[in-house]
Amino acid sequence: MVLRIPPVTQEERTQLLHELSQKQNNSGLKPKERLAIPPQDMPQQDPAVRRSNVSEVAQGYTEEQARIEAMRCLQCRNAPCVQGCPVQINIRDFVGAIAKGEYGKALAIIKESSLLPAVCGRVCPQEVQCQEKCTVGLSLKDVSKAVSIGRLERFVADLDKNGAAAPAVAPTTGKKVAIIGSGPGGIVAAADARRAGHDVTVFEAFHKPGGVMVYGIPEFRLPKAIVRKELETLKKMGVQIITNFIVGRTRTVEQLMKEDGFDAVYIGVGAGLPSFMNIEGESLIGVYSANEYLTRANLMKAYDFGKGADTPIAVSKRVAVVGGGNVAMDSARTALRLGAEKVYLIYRRTEAEMPARVEEVHHAKEEGVEFHLLQNPKRILGDAGSNVTAIECLRYELGEPDASGRRRPVAIPGSEFQMEVDTVIIAIGNLSNPLIRQTTPGLEFNKYGNLVVDEQCRTSMPGVFAGGDIVLGAATVILAMGQGRIAAAAMNEYLAQKQVAGNR
Amino acid sequence: MSHRITGKRQIGEETFWIEVEAPLIAAARRPGQFIILCINSDYSERIPLTIAGADPNKGTIELIWQRMGKTTAELAALNEGDEIANVAGPLGTPTHIDRFGVVVCVGGGIGNAPLLPIATALKQMGNRVISILGARDKSRMILEDRFKEVSDELIVCTDDGSYGRKALVTEPLKEVCGRDSKPGHAFIIGPTPMMKFCCEATRPFGVPTQVSLNTIMIDGTGMCGGCRVEVDGKAKFVCVDGPEFDGHKVNFDLMIKRLGAYKKLELQAYEKYKQHQCRIGLK
Ligand SMILES: Cc1cc2nc3c(=O)[nH]c(=O)nc-3n(C[C@H](O)[C@H](O)[C@H](O)COP(=O)(O)OP(=O)(O)OC[C@H]3O[C@@H](n4cnc5c(N)ncnc54)[C@H](O)[C@@H]3O)c2cc1C
Ligand SMILES: Cc1cc2nc3c(=O)[nH]c(=O)nc-3n(C[C@H](O)[C@H](O)[C@H](O)COP(=O)(O)OP(=O)(O)OC[C@H]3O[C@@H](n4cnc5c(N)ncnc54)[C@H](O)[C@@H]3O)c2cc1C
Ligand code: SF4
Ligand code: FES
Repeated sequence: MVLRIPPVTQEERTQLLHELSQKQNNSGLKPKERLAIPPQDMPQQDPAVRRSNVSEVAQGYTEEQARIEAMRCLQCRNAPCVQGCPVQINIRDFVGAIAKGEYGKALAIIKESSLLPAVCGRVCPQEVQCQEKCTVGLSLKDVSKAVSIGRLERFVADLDKNGAAAPAVAPTTGKKVAIIGSGPGGIVAAADARRAGHDVTVFEAFHKPGGVMVYGIPEFRLPKAIVRKELETLKKMGVQIITNFIVGRTRTVEQLMKEDGFDAVYIGVGAGLPSFMNIEGESLIGVYSANEYLTRANLMKAYDFGKGADTPIAVSKRVAVVGGGNVAMDSARTALRLGAEKVYLIYRRTEAEMPARVEEVHHAKEEGVEFHLLQNPKRILGDAGSNVTAIECLRYELGEPDASGRRRPVAIPGSEFQMEVDTVIIAIGNLSNPLIRQTTPGLEFNKYGNLVVDEQCRTSMPGVFAGGDIVLGAATVILAMGQGRIAAAAMNEYLAQKQVAGNR
Repeated sequence: MSHRITGKRQIGEETFWIEVEAPLIAAARRPGQFIILCINSDYSERIPLTIAGADPNKGTIELIWQRMGKTTAELAALNEGDEIANVAGPLGTPTHIDRFGVVVCVGGGIGNAPLLPIATALKQMGNRVISILGARDKSRMILEDRFKEVSDELIVCTDDGSYGRKALVTEPLKEVCGRDSKPGHAFIIGPTPMMKFCCEATRPFGVPTQVSLNTIMIDGTGMCGGCRVEVDGKAKFVCVDGPEFDGHKVNFDLMIKRLGAYKKLELQAYEKYKQHQCRIGLK
């Protein structure tokens, strides 16, 4: 039977799709038959080639692949995948629409709950969200065989090349809204507040808007053109975006509200404070925070240094990256693309505990990043010129589970060893940038420096709302978006009440 | 929001002054703060420059810089009426201006520019301001006139003796610290080695000494850590914790090395830029 052989050529796929569609139309596909459809892999650039370019690695499903993949969905009555989605996208229905070839409808369903599907399809950790709950994956006892919901989301989002027409905007309310920070949370909050008819201004500290999606996540994983398109849509809706504006320095939150006439404010400034390890040698030349390394590479385009771009970056042969999250994977893979011969990824637990998306771990390995698990740096060594020459690590083993339920890594005494490197990138996480806290008396922060909000994303100051990493700690794009949406709803309600009170 | 240059002059060897529109920064800035500019958005580098002065009524700020490499050369090639795409600020923690009694302000080379607003504020606060300005030679001595206006005493010296006293600034600094009316505070801004030696000069006298550090920066908001220095053995971010620090606690040797991290690449970029300017006949 055709279904057993994973179709590899375009012809075979067309054939398979044809058979599946016919069957579907005649008697309908039985769950067993759906489960037998081979999961569709995403076409990607060859690892050897992509190591030396910054173009996107994963190239997206073809139409045939998307429809075949969508037919794997069992259309579960209780749709457990939806529960796994932080913004409860109606996954069952949009996947069903793709199976039928109704792509416009699929996109419209997604957009009811998520504004940035082209981004989320690429960067969400689906394997611990929707796909983890998917019945197909559970039935096949392998989460990697779940319906590829993220890839399908990306497929329909990418079809929408010119961007949907800007969403309709309600008649002007005369209320002014300030959005601080142009990351995913800010973008969504701006769109939703503007739709309600408010006059919306986004303030961004950097010279380019987009937040981590622009300065952190690399081009080869999230093409910047996608983020630009979303920002264009915002502008088309009449949202003003002001760059080079550092709230707390250029103007304070208080000045925006008391002197500049903003009736409500959304704070979405992210988690912009790099953690270092506080070990010997961290100030040597060649030691970077992942934020610095990625900002130089992405935002400042250091990969084009000497070919137009003016911002330099270390020319490295051997690079050690410390950490196991997306930020670490992005740093390691960026180092390869900048010409490093060897990249070591040092992580103190095992691969199972790595917080990075599985796809990124997989891609990093394919590209030749060497994983050094159950190891952690003790110090960094340098030469007389203070240039990094080596990193000294300790070996670890897993001990008792800690508060997070993960087994705690314990150093093995006397297990020190050294690796020769010329560059070290520290990617062990971000804390909250204290600028807003220091300049906004009256805002409540917790002991980690995160802003405290209620379920509606209201802060302790009336009219001030917040969401994303500044509230959650370093989290995800979709969670930031979700909070942007909740905050905008609360803000719209707050402004409507203010309007009523004002008219009285 | 673009920033139009409303005035430009060359004020010394390789040294330039501009006045540029930045109304919000002009209104918010305090002495000791700086901006980060990026000439055009796609490929330009972000570089920090101190706000040398500001006119909140006109909505302009003054910048003074030395042509050092590609970006400062590109900036020097702009003229009145031209625009700078990005100017962000004011950044950094403002100088703590207080009534110290006698203060000594020491500027070296281009350091006179960031020192000026501090000396001015100290004078306005009612301090007795002694200024010591140093430069390699006469052609590099800048802002002497403006320091004259805000100083009770002004000592000028050059390395080669082509102007003022032939001395390094550390010499008069030691003399001033040794006087009966010992300064209550010293403010030193200049090349990093000069700041290091000035701190060594004031240390034995127990004069609290503030320096303003000019590390390599990117964002200027505490996000990248590229600007970190060791102060009292701990890592500090110059862009948010500084730029001013207790000079007696700064690890200058490490900082000097870090400043040189990209020397080779920077030189390449500058050479390439200069060749290109020659070819297209600008020079
Ligand atoms: C390298 C890297 C890779 C990642 N990979 C993934 C991934 O694969 N999947 C995923 O889901 N998540 C990933 N994340 C996390 C994700 O990017 C963040 O959780 C998300 O971007 C947070 O969004 P936010 O709305 O809080 O704003 P952010 O994206 O953090 O943006 C905040 C913006 O506010 C600006 N700002 C800060 N302070 C001020 C101020 N005072 N005034 C004005 N503007 C200010 C900043 O310049 C920035 O542009 C990654 C993060 C990094 C760093
Ligand atoms: C807070 C602060 C205030 C400053 N104020 C002034 C000022 O008022 N006037 C002035 O002339 N200079 C000032 N500087 C120094 C100025 O930023 C550098 O001279 C400039 O960045 C050099 O850029 P370039 O491309 O022309 O030269 P490059 O060839 O790139 O570099 C020349 C040297 O400048 C330093 N440098 C390089 N890139 C940077 C960077 N991104 N940030 C900081 N330093 C860098 C390095 O030591 C390098 O060796 C200040 C620096 C800081 C941190
Ligand atoms: S859980 Fe999986 S199979 Fe069930 S509706 Fe969701 S995507 Fe389809
Ligand atoms: S310049 Fe990035 S933290 Fe200071």
